[in-house]
Order: sequence, then structure tokens, then C-alpha cells
Amino acid sequence: MEALFFNVDNGFLEAVVRGYKAGVLTQNQYANLAQCETLEDFRTQLSATDYGNFLANEPLPISTSTIADKATQILVDQFNYLRNNAVQPLAKFLEYITYAYMIDNVVLLITGTLHERDTHELLERCHPLGVFDTMPALCVATNVEELYQSVLVETPLAPYFRDCLSATDLDDLNIEIIRNTVYKAYLEDFYYFCSTLPSPTSDVMHKILAFEADRRTVNITINSFNTELSKEQRAKLFPAIGRLWPEGNNQLARADEIDQVRVACENISEYRSFFSDLGGSGGGGGYDDNATPHLEDRFFRMEVHLNKQSFMHQFQYGIFYSYMKLKEQEIRNLTWIAECIAQDAKDRIQDFIPIF
Amino acid sequence: MSGTGARENIFATRMALTNTKLRLKGAQTGHSLLAKKRDALTTRFRAILKKVDEAKRKMGRVMQLASFSMAEVTYATGDIAYLVQEQAKLATFRVKSKQENVSGVVLPAFEVDRVPGSDFNLTGLGRGGQQIMKAKEVYAKAIETLVELASLQTAFTILDEVIRATNRRVNAIEHVVIPRLENTIKYIMSELDEMDREEFFRLKKVQGKKKRDTAARDAAAQKAADSSSAVNQTFEVQSEGESADLLSSKDTDVIF
Repeated sequence: MEALFFNVDNGFLEAVVRGYKAGVLTQNQYANLAQCETLEDFRTQLSATDYGNFLANEPLPISTSTIADKATQILVDQFNYLRNNAVQPLAKFLEYITYAYMIDNVVLLITGTLHERDTHELLERCHPLGVFDTMPALCVATNVEELYQSVLVETPLAPYFRDCLSATDLDDLNIEIIRNTVYKAYLEDFYYFCSTLPSPTSDVMHKILAFEADRRTVNITINSFNTELSKEQRAKLFPAIGRLWPEGNNQLARADEIDQVRVACENISEYRSFFSDLGGSGGGGGYDDNATPHLEDRFFRMEVHLNKQSFMHQFQYGIFYSYMKLKEQEIRNLTWIAECIAQDAKDRIQDFIPIF
Repeated sequence: MSGTGARENIFATRMALTNTKLRLKGAQTGHSLLAKKRDALTTRFRAILKKVDEAKRKMGRVMQLASFSMAEVTYATGDIAYLVQEQAKLATFRVKSKQENVSGVVLPAFEVDRVPGSDFNLTGLGRGGQQIMKAKEVYAKAIETLVELASLQTAFTILDEVIRATNRRVNAIEHVVIPRLENTIKYIMSELDEMDREEFFRLKKVQGKKKRDTAARDAAAQKAADSSSAVNQTFEVQSEGESADLLSSKDTDVIF
């Protein structure tokens, strides 16, 4: 039934996204980019792709951050076009996508405000996708109550903040913990929102979000080894969704070293391979350094894989989310290649994650 | 002679000679000491030069690694600069300065003092935390190299300055002070010799004169003695004959 009426509201936008998807860089284009000697060549190569002349007006020593900024700007423009043309509930869905960036921006502003930084400088650093109208007002607030009462309550983020900022003062709580608590609430909320959407969307999105939640859980666990983050605090940061939840999460909350993480993830067949060749070497800090970047890499690969799969389904919203994520990965790839070219580190240039 | 070259403006006396000789000795000792110091400093300087060269090469490699690890962080998490900047409250990397003594030259040496623990180790908790820690470590190492290089470089410039000053002093002593003192000594010696000779000559002269005088006196005395006996004889004769008129007769031998 869903397929019957999907195109009435969303057919156009889905077509647009599938059109955008055709512009995602291919393996071949990556290979060409990786052969560039200078950033100038890089720009020339990119102009042959869907990015076109996005760097044409930049002054000559192009920095990698400029490339990333400009590429992000293109993505933002595309997204805004989609959002402006969307009707409910797709509009709501797209809103949800921006919440993640809004959280980042809010956290950034809170940090900046606490240290009395210049507001304009802060606003410039915000992610363009997460910009909302009342955002500049955030800088006015000086304590949590005020922040919540006057600004955040107006934003869609209010329920998330309500959960984590009840009484404690901002100064007491590490900003990174706030961010992760809020993000956890956001993920769960997004998950439940997707459940309310009809079948193909919820199936696809649940898969992706479950993976996202698991990734966060594992990452938080690994990154909190040897820090002052207590295990109870850590457990509170784990999203209560995902395939590791609940028993895997419980194990992770108690984990002290990476082997225990591996055991916890053993039950999920997809995740088992992530740790497969990490266990061989002995424990301790020395191999953490080597192992975890690979882990991160594999998570990225898995994410790309899942998002690619969502394009296999038709008549669902998942592709909008997936497109954003893939495009983000692409921007990361571009930045990585550009960085490798700029720093003359050709041996690592293949470490990006190709998408199509 | 004493006229060649500069000399000090002093009176040529034996005391001055002793003093000048002492000073020459002092100057020579100073010269050899300074030369030794210069050699020691130069050795040290060469060693430091080598180290600076090594450190600079190392710097290049380490910095490249560091900025690459930063690229990895950007890949994994995005821009973290602001968060890190805001959350850093306490310097965990401090530089201590102490002093080292090389042949009387005080060289500042910088030492790294790392405080364990950090303010932002929760940054990237959800994503990329490991990369951030790695980048932090790599950058800490880079700064260590930088500090090492800084202390070497400071030592390098200071030593350079000191070596040049010492060289100047050594050369000054060798080419100005010592020749001048030597000239002074030569001058005093020659003056003293001159004086000696003069003295000798004068003595000779005096002696000659004295001799002549004595000879003359002796001769006179002899003559006087001779004539007095003659007078006595004539006196005796005359006193026998015409002793009444002694004054009327003119005697050529009587000088008074």
C-alpha cells in the first residue's frame, strides 16, 4: 500500500536524491584524485566531477579546510533544497537529521559561552546544517537554568536537554558528557520516530540507527579507558537501542580493556569481524594505538555499506539520511586525499573509504 | 731598540721592570688560559652544531608526523580545535629552564616537564578519541623536539658570541698586550743599560779626575817636601849668614 501513495508526496524528492547519488564520486574518480601531485591538480580533477567549479574562486594556495568547507556547502545547499520541498512526515524526518548537527553547535556555543568567547567567531564555526534561528541567543545565557528556560526550550532539542541538564550546573559537568548524553537521547528519539513511520523506512532506518548506536557505545567504551569517566557515567551514555542493547551494553559498561569489548561484540556476527585480527597481539596501551584506528575505519566501512544498502529499497525515507551520511563520508575522503597530497604522504592516501 | 712598537709610558726603573715582568708573566698565563678556554668552547660548539643539525632534521620528520596525525583526527572527528582550546585549563606541558656551565659560560638548558593527565581526554568520546590521544602524543613529542632544538639553538648563539669574545681577547693579548709589555721591558732594559753605561763612564771620569788630582797633589806634596828641605837648608845657611834680612831677598822657590 505504501508504495502506492509514496510518490504522491515524495516521488520527486526521492528522484532528486537518486540523481544526487549519481554524482557521488566513483572508484575511478578516487583513483584519479589519488594520483594528483598538487592541490592544483586535485582541483582540476574535481572540476570534472559533479563538484564542478566549486573551488574556482578560491585564491591559489588552497587549504584542505577550504575544500572541506566548500564541499560541505554544496551538501548543505542540496539538503536545504530537499528540505524546502519536503512535506510531512518527510519534513520532520529531515528535521531529525539536522538535530545531530544542532547538538554539536549547541555544545560548541555552550563551551564558548562558558569561556566568554566572541559570539561571531563561534557562530562562524557552527555547522551550517545545524543552524537554527535562536542559536545566536544561546550566547547570552550564563547558567544552565537560563540557557534552558530562555533558549533551548524553544528548540526541538529541548526534551533531550531536559533529561541531562536537570539540576547540575554546566561547569560541573564535562561538556563532552553533555554532548554524548544529549546525543544518546537524540538517537533514541530518532529511533522511536522512525518506528512511527511505515514499514520500509522504519526497517532501513532501524538498521542504520542501531549500528550508529552500537558504534557510539563501543567507541565510548574504548575511549573512556584510562580516563576519569566512571563506569556508571559511561553506562549512562550508552544509547538504549541498537543490537548490543541490553546485554552487550551491560558487558561494555563493565569492560576494562579492549578484549572485553571484543567479547561483548562477539555475539553480533557483523561486529565480530571488526575485532577479528585485533585480539592476536597482547593487551596494553601499545596495541590500542594501532588497533583502534582500524576499528574506526571498519566502523566507517560498515556505515557506508549500510547506507549503500538503503538505496536498494524504494519508497522510503532512509535514502535521504543515507545520502547525507555518504556525502559526509565523501567529504571526509576528499579532505583526507587533499591532506595526503598537501603533506606528501602518498603511502597513506589509499586509506579512504570508497563509496561506489 | 725601545723606539720600535708601542710601549707603556713609565719611568725606566728597576721596580718598574720587575712590575712589568710580572705583568708579562700574567699576560702569558692569561693568554694560555684563554686559548684553552677557546679550544674547549670550540669543541663544545662543534658538538652543539652537530646536534642542532640532527635536531633540525628530526624536527622536520616529527612535525610532518604530527600534522599528519592531525589530518587523521580531522578525518575521524572533524574540527576539534575549538573544543580542545576551550577545555584546556592547565598546562600539561611545561618547560623548565636550568643553567649549565661550560668553561665559565652559562648556557641555559630547557627541560620538558610533562604533567600527566589532561583536561580534554574526553574529547572525541563518541568518535575518534583514540586518534585525538594519538595526535596529542605525537604533538607532545614534536614539542619535546622543539624544546630540545630551542635549548641547542640558544646555546649555539651564546657560545658563538662567547667564542668570538674570547677569540678577540686572545688575539688582543697575543698581538697587543704581550708585545707592548715586551717592548716596555726592552725599553726599560735598554734605558737601564744606558744608565749603567753612563754611570760607569761617569765613575771612570770621576776616578780619572780623582787620580789626576791625587797625582797632582802628590807631586805637589813631593815638591813641597823637597823645597822645604832646601829652604830649611838655605834657612839654616842664611840663618847662619844673613838671617836678619830674610824678607828682602827673593827666593823663587818659595811660593808663598
